[in-house]
Order: sequence, then C-alpha cells, then structure tokens
Amino acid sequence: MKKFILAVLAVLPMLAIAAGPSMDLDKANNDLRDKESLKRGFEAYINNCLACHELKYQRYNRTFADLGISDADGMANYMYTGEKVGDHITNTMPGKEAAKWFGSTPPDLTLEARFRSPDWIYTYLRSFYVDESRPFGVNNKVFKDVGMPHVLQNLQGVQTIDEHGNLSEATGGSMTAEEYDQFARDLTNFLEYTGEPNKLERESMGYWVIGFLFILLFFAYLLKKEYWRDVH
Amino acid sequence: MFANLMAWIEQRLPLMDAMNKHAAQYPAPKNFNFWYVFGILASVVLVNQLLTGVWLTMNYEPSGDGAFASVEYIMRDVDYGWLLRYMHSTGASAFFVVVYMHMFRGMMYGSYQKPRELLWLFGMLIFLVLMAEAFMGYLLPWGNMSYWGAQVIISIFGAIPVIGDDLTLWIRGDYVISGATLNRFFALHVIALPLVLVVLVFLHILALHEVGSNNPDGTNIKKPKGSVPPEEQSKFTFHEQYTKKYDIVDAIPFHPYYTVKDLVAVVIFLIVFCWVMFFAPEGGGYFIEAPNFEPANGLKTPEHIAPVWYFGPFYTILRVIPDKLLGAIGMFGAIIALFMLPWFDRGTVKSLRYRCTAHTVNLIQFAICFIVLGVLGTLPANPLNNLIGAIASFGYFGFFVAIWIYSKNEKTKPVPERVTG
Repeated sequence: MKKFILAVLAVLPMLAIAAGPSMDLDKANNDLRDKESLKRGFEAYINNCLACHELKYQRYNRTFADLGISDADGMANYMYTGEKVGDHITNTMPGKEAAKWFGSTPPDLTLEARFRSPDWIYTYLRSFYVDESRPFGVNNKVFKDVGMPHVLQNLQGVQTIDEHGNLSEATGGSMTAEEYDQFARDLTNFLEYTGEPNKLERESMGYWVIGFLFILLFFAYLLKKEYWRDVH
Repeated sequence: MFANLMAWIEQRLPLMDAMNKHAAQYPAPKNFNFWYVFGILASVVLVNQLLTGVWLTMNYEPSGDGAFASVEYIMRDVDYGWLLRYMHSTGASAFFVVVYMHMFRGMMYGSYQKPRELLWLFGMLIFLVLMAEAFMGYLLPWGNMSYWGAQVIISIFGAIPVIGDDLTLWIRGDYVISGATLNRFFALHVIALPLVLVVLVFLHILALHEVGSNNPDGTNIKKPKGSVPPEEQSKFTFHEQYTKKYDIVDAIPFHPYYTVKDLVAVVIFLIVFCWVMFFAPEGGGYFIEAPNFEPANGLKTPEHIAPVWYFGPFYTILRVIPDKLLGAIGMFGAIIALFMLPWFDRGTVKSLRYRCTAHTVNLIQFAICFIVLGVLGTLPANPLNNLIGAIASFGYFGFFVAIWIYSKNEKTKPVPERVTG
C-alpha cells in the first residue's frame, strides 16, 4: 500500500508540468471583514459601474444589512432611481442597444469575482492602457480587445504600454497611484462580497461544525473501542 | 404493550427478522480494513444527495430563462440554501471519490470473482447510472460549463454511424441544447435515475448478503456444516439462514461491531467533507468550475471545456483516439471492460495478498494510469498530454489483457483456511 502511494506521488508532478503556465495577476489583498472598504466599494460601484453593469442577483436591502447600513441611510445615499429597498441592483440600460454600442452587452457582475477571481478584477482595473486602434482608444492587459472604455480614466489617469508589455505610471488622474490602488481594492472587495454574500458566515459555521465533528470522533472512537473488546 | 405491538407487526411483516438477517445477525468477516468503509460512505453520500436534492428542488426552476437565477436565489435568499447547494455539489464529487475507492477495493481483494459476479454487475450498473445522474445534474445550474460540457458529451453519441445524429436530437429534444434539454434532464435527474439508483443499491446489498462479504484475505468464512468443531466457530449468534447450512468462522455480527466502527469512518469522512464544503466549496475549481458562474451562452465557448473531474479518465480515452467513432468505442469499451472483469480474471485466488507479483504490479499500474487519465481529462489537449494519455489508455486496457493472460496458470501463494490478523 505504501509503495502504491509513493508511486502515485512520483507521477503526479509530471502532470503539473503538463498543465502549462498561468497568467500573472497582481494580488488584490482585499479583506471581506473590512466593512468600510466594502462600503467605499459599494459606493464606487453605484457611481461608476452600475450604469452599464447590473448586479441582478444581489438585493439592495441585503447589501445594506451585510454592510451595516440602515435601510433609511441606504435609500438616501445609495439608491437614486426610485427602486424599492428589496429590489435587485439593476439598471435601465437596454441590452440590445448596448450590444450595438459596445460590441456586446455589458455583463452582469454579481458573480464576476467567482467567474474570474478577485485578483483578476483588481489587475483588470489597473491594466488599461492607450491603444489608438481600439474604438474607445484603450485596451487592457488582462482582457485583450476589451469592449468597454476606461471609465475610471479621470481617476487613474492614462497608462501606456511598452514593447515588453510593461505598463507606464499613470499620468493625469485625480488620484495618486496609492489612492487608485485602494479604490480598485475596495471595488474588488465589494465584488467578492456580491459573488458570495454568505462567505464569512459559511467559514465561521465551518469551524463550529468541524469542531463538533472532532468531539463526536473522540466519543465514536471510544464507543468502537469498547465494543470491539468482545472481538479481540 | 410494546412487545405485543411488535409481535403483532412481526406476524404480518417480519421486520425484526429482516433486521437480524441483514444487520444484527449478519456474519461479517472480522478482518475488514480501511478499504471496507467506502460502501457505507457511499450510502451516506447517497442519502445526503437524496435529501438535499429534495430541498433544492423546492426552490429550483427548471427552465432556460429561470434556472441560473433560481440557483442564485437559493444561494442568497433561501435560508441556508447555500448550505444545501454546497452539500449537494460537494456530495456529487464525494460520491465519485468513495465509489472509485470502493471499486478499487473490489479489484484488490477479488470481490468480483465467483460467486460475486452478479454483485459486481449490480455495482457497475450503479456506477453507470451514477454517471448519468451526475452528468444530467451538472446541466441544471445552467452555467456556461454546464452547457458546453453537456454539448461535448452529447455529441459523443453523434459518432455512432447511421443513427448518431437522430440520437443526439432525441437526447436533446432540440437541435441545440436548450430549455427542452434542461427540462428532460431535470425530470431524469430528480425522478427517474434516483429511483433506479435506489433500487439498484437495494439489489446490490441483497446480492451481497446472499453470497456474503469477501474479506482482505479472500477466504471463505462459511464452512460446510459440521466441518468445524464448535470451539473454533465464531462465538456470536448469527441468523439461522446462515447457520443452518454453514459453520461460520472468523465472523462478527455487522451490528453493533461494524456499525460502531463505520461510525468512526463516517465521522472522519464528514470532517474532510465539511472542510471542503465550508472552506473550499468550489474544490479548487474542480467541484464547481469557474465558467459555471456565468449563465449558459450558446454563442460564447469557455476557453477550455473540461468535463467535471470524475469523468476525466473516460474523457481522456475518448480524446486521445483521433477518430471520433473509435474514440467513443474506446470510452464505452473502458466501462464495458470493467463490467466484464469477473470474466477477464480467470484466477481462483481472490486477494492480491496471495496472487502472483504480476497481479500486484498490474493493479498498481492500472491505478496510476486511471489517476493520470483523470488528471489529463481536466487539462487542455496538446501533443505531450495526448502522448501521456495514449500511454495511460494503453495501460488501462492492458490491465484487462494482462489479467486474462496471467490468471490462467497463475503461480499463487497458499491461501490460508482462516483469516489472518
């Protein structure tokens, strides 16, 4: 049996080589427990993203509750177009028209962090560069020929890319590089939250369940030992 | 009062008798090892899938327009819906982990050999239905990988000459995978196949208890009546169905001895299961694949379509054979070969402990090839992967050829009369 396991272990690394390289992404280092960051991300999303990208599986009141915002404050500060507090976070952009404007309908982003990964979103937000060959004059390092303009350009400024694929420092934005990174991190954090609003609850429940199972294991083992004294 | 009631029932339906026959007085060899827990674990996972499945069905909407959103509704708005969904999705992968271990146990200790051929066939049917069940269930979240994975697998049937195209049309109920496909897969997944599965599991256990459990030594614990002196017989009471024809040795009643032992195994299993479910429910992208967080889209192919990991071995065999029809034959052949294992193996010694060295080597190479094929099934096809895959496929089928050859005049070690250890 031991020989068998060793043989399997010897073969597995060969397959890892066969898997090939993966794309380099910057680490988002976001923290779902940081409610202030989530609130800033929520606000940034409403102001910069929601006009095109819905969060159609996520409700306003759920978001308020999870982020520690009262419904009254939430309706006053985050809801601009007269929805009800229990509504999903949607926009009124016509999908078919949008497909004409951008080449494809801007996707819903509720699950984007699970579809791509938080690191991908963080990297994406920081990787727009000038490319005159594109309709909106920008391209993205991690999403080749992306259909959307760099809507955060007034915040980040403009980046260029050299022949080795390295991005220059951004110039002309209203934020410093650090401020913009934090802005991108907050947005990423918020989207990781919408991807799975129960994530923190899931993990904290996990500790209790597994803790209980270890206690149960102890007693199950004693029970087995007691019974099997008849056999031995 | 209670005793009277029990007696009243017993006269009309022998419940206690059945309990005794199948649990409290069922003779199980006393030397079961680690490999013998996976049958119970499979039952635990089956119950988990049935129960969580019922509750998921209460809130799931089987339609092309509503399926994806209803899964997110379960994840967000249904109380503990996320827990039910993760129990079900993690359970699907866990099912195959324990079933593969269970099957390998059967191969190691010759549990498919005479007189357990039918038991093995029922088990293989369970495996086949389980694959169909898992495949159809994977379409239901209506994510993009659900869609394209189903597309790839259904198209395999298109390789069959003459009837292929009509057959795929019949399976889909449409010219492309659509809401019609989703609806029929839902019906099969929640009603037809689970029903078949439960009946097959019942028959599997009935067939097992008829011929009795094998053990890691492959010895027979039922000796001819009168051949064993009473002091050497098992000291426990067994059901008269077993004792009227045989003298039982080296056995203990399944209940309570194996129920308490299996309880330990179940708890250890649950610790691993819950660890995945609570801390890594996506299973590193293998249990829930990332493209499935995007709704099904017939116009947008995921970068790399991979079936779920548990189909990996068979998918790789399909893929490394360049011809589509031959590939499909290879894939189904790989499953049929497993069905036929009791007849490929012409040996009479069951356990690998007492068989020739070639057999141990053959089993190890088979296990390695199976795992390699599985890993390759999740990776993109390229010349190197295809070469490794071809070698591993050769090893997979080679196992059956080799066992057929060396088992004819096999040099075996003497099998002990009684179990060891």
